Amino acid sequence: MLPLTQKDQPIVQKLLSAGCCSRCILRFCCVRVQSAYRRPPQETLKELRTFVSNTENSQDSTEPTEENNKSHNAPGSEAPEEPPSKRTKLESEDEAAAELKDEESNVCVVCLGILQEFCGPAQAAKIAETVKAQNYQFDTLVLSVSLPAQLCVRENSCWLHVKEEIGQKGLTLDKDDVIQVKEAFKWIMQGLVAKELGGVSVVTKSAFEVGVEFTHEATDSDCHFLASVCPDCFKPTKNKQSVFTRMAVIKALEKTSDGRFLKLYPCPPVQPSSSCSLQDIQCLHTSVFVAGRYNKFCRSLPQTPWVIDGERRMESSVEELIAAPILSAFRANGFNFSSSGREDVDVRTLGNGRPFAMEILNPHKSRFNRAEMKQLQETINKSSDKIRVRDLQVVSREAMSRMKEGEEEKTKSYTALIWTQKPIRSEDITFIDDIKELTLDQKTPLRVLHRRALAVRQRVIHSMNTRFLDPHHFYLGLKTQAGTYIKEFVHGDFGRTNPNLCQLLKTDTDILELDVESVDVDWPPAIPE
Amino acid sequence: MDGSELITTEGNAPSVIDRYYTRWYRADMKEKPCEDHCILQHSNRICVVTLAETHPILQDGRTIKTINYQISNGCSRLNNKVSGKSKRGGQFLTDFAPLCRITCTDETEYTIYSCIRGRLLEVNENILERPALLLEKPFTEGYIAVILPKFEESKSITENLLSRQEFEAIVSKRNTASSQPS
Ligand SMILES: [Zn+2]
Repeated sequence: MLPLTQKDQPIVQKLLSAGCCSRCILRFCCVRVQSAYRRPPQETLKELRTFVSNTENSQDSTEPTEENNKSHNAPGSEAPEEPPSKRTKLESEDEAAAELKDEESNVCVVCLGILQEFCGPAQAAKIAETVKAQNYQFDTLVLSVSLPAQLCVRENSCWLHVKEEIGQKGLTLDKDDVIQVKEAFKWIMQGLVAKELGGVSVVTKSAFEVGVEFTHEATDSDCHFLASVCPDCFKPTKNKQSVFTRMAVIKALEKTSDGRFLKLYPCPPVQPSSSCSLQDIQCLHTSVFVAGRYNKFCRSLPQTPWVIDGERRMESSVEELIAAPILSAFRANGFNFSSSGREDVDVRTLGNGRPFAMEILNPHKSRFNRAEMKQLQETINKSSDKIRVRDLQVVSREAMSRMKEGEEEKTKSYTALIWTQKPIRSEDITFIDDIKELTLDQKTPLRVLHRRALAVRQRVIHSMNTRFLDPHHFYLGLKTQAGTYIKEFVHGDFGRTNPNLCQLLKTDTDILELDVESVDVDWPPAIPE
Repeated sequence: MDGSELITTEGNAPSVIDRYYTRWYRADMKEKPCEDHCILQHSNRICVVTLAETHPILQDGRTIKTINYQISNGCSRLNNKVSGKSKRGGQFLTDFAPLCRITCTDETEYTIYSCIRGRLLEVNENILERPALLLEKPFTEGYIAVILPKFEESKSITENLLSRQEFEAIVSKRNTASSQPS
């Protein structure tokens, strides 16, 4: 039996006449019993008709008919439909069945077919097939629906149509009590899709989302009148095909008074020319995050792809070498790479390496245990001798932020090969070993000034040590505050880093090679080999 | 560190300028003989303006008396300020915009020009305190100014300038002419 009461009768009557589908009628009667929506719509329609005629028999039935005709006089409403009284006075069961079928196959004026032909086992099977074909790893899924924007307009029109009735009968009903199309769709479809997928649970929150997108050919023409009401709501944006997005339409409707709306749009909505189209079924798994540390052993390898004037320089990069095996293992669509600082193309990173983290976008496989991660790490390390990865692990999005925390306070250690213009003896450079906590004023280096703001930054060199090589070369070890520009400290950058090594040694100095020896960030946690 | 390819020759300094900058020149700036300027363009398009080694200031053992970035009553290059990544607020310079005037102790005065179109990022304030830097290290610490050409003009701005080879040819011609008895 329908979960309806006597007071719903005039509403049902009105909506039947307006051309609403049976499920939309349940929605506007605020039926929250989910199973009611899952029943075959033809049956529901039949019951609704019986419900109306039963009550009609016990009451004077002429009044609702007049009301309906009256309300159909709204602008835009063409040739009034047959009075509902004709439909309810049926002569035989056969005829009734024939007409019922006919009625239900008419496209609903409110949901444009979403709760009719797009809501049933056949559609559920189609969705399930699409999901299966993409071979995702998941235990649960959440179903999301994207509806064409004019559904909001039609919903509003229908609501005003019902509201008129409520006002007359003194019923207390709010627009928010009406069940949304989306909600009814999910009530019907979630269970069906779950069944098709062999019993996964369809829940309200899941890392795996299956999005069903509907469009309608008449969205723009149905919404067009709103542009005159609220031109500000519909400003063209670059990446949107139409200005009539759902958000913009909702905003414009909020700014439109009921009176204005009724003048500009038919109430109830008119019969649509066609039903919606199923535009797309998209699967999306939320990002998985991995972290680790990398070594870079090559002096001609940039950290990220190096592009100048649209042309690729250097054939590879650290992030690509690390990402390629990870993407293939996670069967993912893309990634975002970040690290605790970065080294120049000609700088090696030795020691324990540099912490990095990666957001893996839309992974089709998302569960990896320790052994699998270790295996993945080995795959990366076997794939190239230019880099090496350690401590590879899955982390949470929140944990990723720890890498960037207090980056300025962290220390980094380097070894630089120095050239001096004047010949040096071993004893000429030993004084450098005694310099502690040397504060530098560094103007933004000229080599990065084109993309960074001009500023003077204070950076500290905590300690240095020297290893004499020959009269023009020595190794300089440095322990510095993160963010210190080592190359500029050595050559002085046109005197823009002060003090610099040229000044300390009273001769021109240059840096021939630079290695990062350690990046002192204690995240991610070390994983024993 | 391997240090396998050490450069040990003293004279051939492996300089930062050689590695990352292209040298461009303008000879006889504003038709004044030998007032040659040098523009070092980094591969990232940033330009550093310096004196060329042939500039009169660097000849005949001159000493600098004053360097003045106040190029007119209303305009001082010292007031130049840029902010943000986009370098908002920097003075925009054309080829013949004066950057500073340098007066030597022998009362000769020279104007140094921008030589290229672009936004002024900074002038070298260190040479105000230590004018000797200009004589001792004219191409590094004694630079005059840093200019950022427009992105779309980063190639075209050097079209009117001389390459190092062209400049050397002019200088050697100049030397031949002056050594000939008149
Ligand atoms: Zn409907």
